[in-house]
Amino acid sequence: MAKEMLTGNAAAAWGVRLAEVDYIPAYPITPQTEIIETIAKWISDGEMDAGFVTMDSEHSMVTAAGAASATGARTFTTTSSQGLMYGFEMLFTVAGWRVPLVMVNVSRGLSAPITLGPDHNDILALRDTGFLQIHCETCQEVLDSVLMAYRLAEDDRVLLPLMVNMDGFFLSFTREAVEVPDVEKVRSFLPEYQPEHAFFRAGQPMAQGVAVLGGEFYSYFKYQMHLASQNALEVYREVSDDFERIFGRKYGTIDEYMMEDAEYVLVMTNSFSTLGKAAVKRARENGIKAGLLRPRFLRPFPEADIRNALKGKKAVAVIDQNISVGKGGIIYSEMASCLYNENSRPLMLSFIGGLGGKNISQEEFDLIFEKMIHAEDSGIVGLPHLLYTKKEWEGIKKLKEIAGRQ
Amino acid sequence: MDSENIRSIKELPSEENMQPGTAACAGCGGLLTLRYCLKALGENIVIVNAAGCFTLLTIYPFSPFRNSWLYTAMACAPAGAQGVRDALDILIKKGKLDPEENLKVVVLAGDGSAYDMALSSTSGAIYRNLDFYYICYDNEAYGNTGFQHSGASPFGSRTGTTPPGEKVPVGSQLQKKNLFDIWNSHKPPYLATVSPAYPVDLMNKFKKAEQFKGPKLFISHIPCPPGWGFDPSQSVKLAKLSVETGLWPLKESIHGEVEHTFVPKKFKPVEDYLKKQERFSHLFKPERQEEALKSIQEMVDDYWRKNKLLP
Ligand SMILES: Cc1ncc(C[n+]2csc(CCOP(=O)(O)OP(=O)(O)O)c2C)c(N)n1
Ligand code: SF4
Repeated sequence: MAKEMLTGNAAAAWGVRLAEVDYIPAYPITPQTEIIETIAKWISDGEMDAGFVTMDSEHSMVTAAGAASATGARTFTTTSSQGLMYGFEMLFTVAGWRVPLVMVNVSRGLSAPITLGPDHNDILALRDTGFLQIHCETCQEVLDSVLMAYRLAEDDRVLLPLMVNMDGFFLSFTREAVEVPDVEKVRSFLPEYQPEHAFFRAGQPMAQGVAVLGGEFYSYFKYQMHLASQNALEVYREVSDDFERIFGRKYGTIDEYMMEDAEYVLVMTNSFSTLGKAAVKRARENGIKAGLLRPRFLRPFPEADIRNALKGKKAVAVIDQNISVGKGGIIYSEMASCLYNENSRPLMLSFIGGLGGKNISQEEFDLIFEKMIHAEDSGIVGLPHLLYTKKEWEGIKKLKEIAGRQ
Repeated sequence: MDSENIRSIKELPSEENMQPGTAACAGCGGLLTLRYCLKALGENIVIVNAAGCFTLLTIYPFSPFRNSWLYTAMACAPAGAQGVRDALDILIKKGKLDPEENLKVVVLAGDGSAYDMALSSTSGAIYRNLDFYYICYDNEAYGNTGFQHSGASPFGSRTGTTPPGEKVPVGSQLQKKNLFDIWNSHKPPYLATVSPAYPVDLMNKFKKAEQFKGPKLFISHIPCPPGWGFDPSQSVKLAKLSVETGLWPLKESIHGEVEHTFVPKKFKPVEDYLKKQERFSHLFKPERQEEALKSIQEMVDDYWRKNKLLP
């Protein structure tokens, strides 16, 4: 199969086209807009048979998407940062409707200060909504994950919406060689959506999203969502096996790079993992047994796979491209809780890096490995480390001078 | 539905598409409006509801409706209607849904939703010419949270957040928003005000609306016993008084052209209406707030004078 040079955004759009999605409510925001423009053009040219509507806000967009999904249409929508936050209320609601809506989030740092560069505070703010989350490193992975997302979300053991995440600019606007699968092959992997539980039709009235009176009833439905999310790990095994069988590419719940004999492990997500992998390679050249673990699923959190992958490792450095102000890295906390009850577990260090797209330099990775080794030697783990280079420090000092703040 | 106009209440369809026994208050004017609307709309509809009193009409596992129902949130019922309508259309077009299974999509929202939080999503839906019905039941406050001030609360009214006091004896100092004109500026195919005290007028408006594809919008002024402070048995009487005093004009608009469907032969003084409600009682005691009362009457007179309908 020939490969095409596609941006992450174009890869996402291709995923939607190949999934033969019925309906796309949309709203523009940088760096996502290319996805909806691509889809709009295909529909206008008659290359894709779907309904498309530009809504008045992301709050409306998520509502329309969820409602269409609840009516039985295969639905897609997409947003980023401010837009995701604007629709936040409805993300919980739509997840509670138990509809298999698939969304793409193109990560971008949240205001204020306002920025276009990527980090993951937007998508990670969603972690308690009920949406499943797949985080992607490459453009191919974006396309493939959109296809797998529908299979997984529409499975009646799951029936939860799913968000596929990619980094703004670094992935959304980077062209990579992507294999665009044949639509017939996709059909054999992803059959037409046959809603059994969510539809509106004259012959069979149905009430959806209704109130409950009493915590015991509310709890029941929330527990159901949690259990369904747990089911998703099991179902995903089938989905990824099928995907590998049909398309020849394999994606686990986590991605392991040089992990087999690794002693010092970086944990990173999304496109910056590529920088981490390069750093691992360099560290290996310098005699450090380095590896990288990249969680692809953040919800459900693939606890067993992570525990397994980190068994016997000496130290782990979680590089969070997000900041929970007043606490530190979000994924660090999740990793720590996942390993806490293990009898023997690696030391775990926390680093914050890549906020708003800030680079993580070679020297910073060197420092991270140094700190891991030092921690392993001394048994002492310090506070979360906020990565910032001297040069970056000089840069902000200059801006502050201009602003009249020494 | 037979498109011929009806002339008396006896000709209302006898089917009830909403069963009794809901959690709504006794004498709720909104529920009465809804009952008539459902007679007009039939059972092949899906109601898309915004947060408000009527959210509690369906409580798992009970529903008083024969029709389908989707609860969304306060800001976005029209967006939910968009999703449902578009999905039904595309599924029918692609042959995935039998056209016989088609439904009318109906938004049901209170004034707090319609006048305030959902103004953006409503404007969007009307502007996109969405083929749907919109029923706003206007009790002139946020009812479900205990009657606080909304964009629909009238000047001089007491609400939870506009309590009359020494500094502000009048209660609400703001004039009710004119949602009819806001909506009408979009020139929707059909827009009307209705009242549960005028079911024949209501029914005929729905009959008329049926011929139009696009937004069909209804605002019903509805007495709310606990919020307004009156005995539930007086609900219809108060709905009637609001029309007879000229406070709630019954009218319709087709593509932006407004016509009144009922003009009282002789307008009753607004005081007749105000006096019957606890929420206006501070205008009368301990002493009469003459200026406030005068300005309310003038506002009404002005409206009818401008429309050249004042006898
Ligand atoms: C985003 C949001 N803010 C606040 C609320 C709380 N709330 C629930 S119902 C309601 C009042 C709605 O008033 P209205 O639309 O007039 O309907 P009514 O309650 O009078 O039926 C409010 C404020 C909510 N549900 N959602
Ligand atoms: S508070 Fe008012 S509007 Fe709400 S149910 Fe009761 S009577 Fe009806």
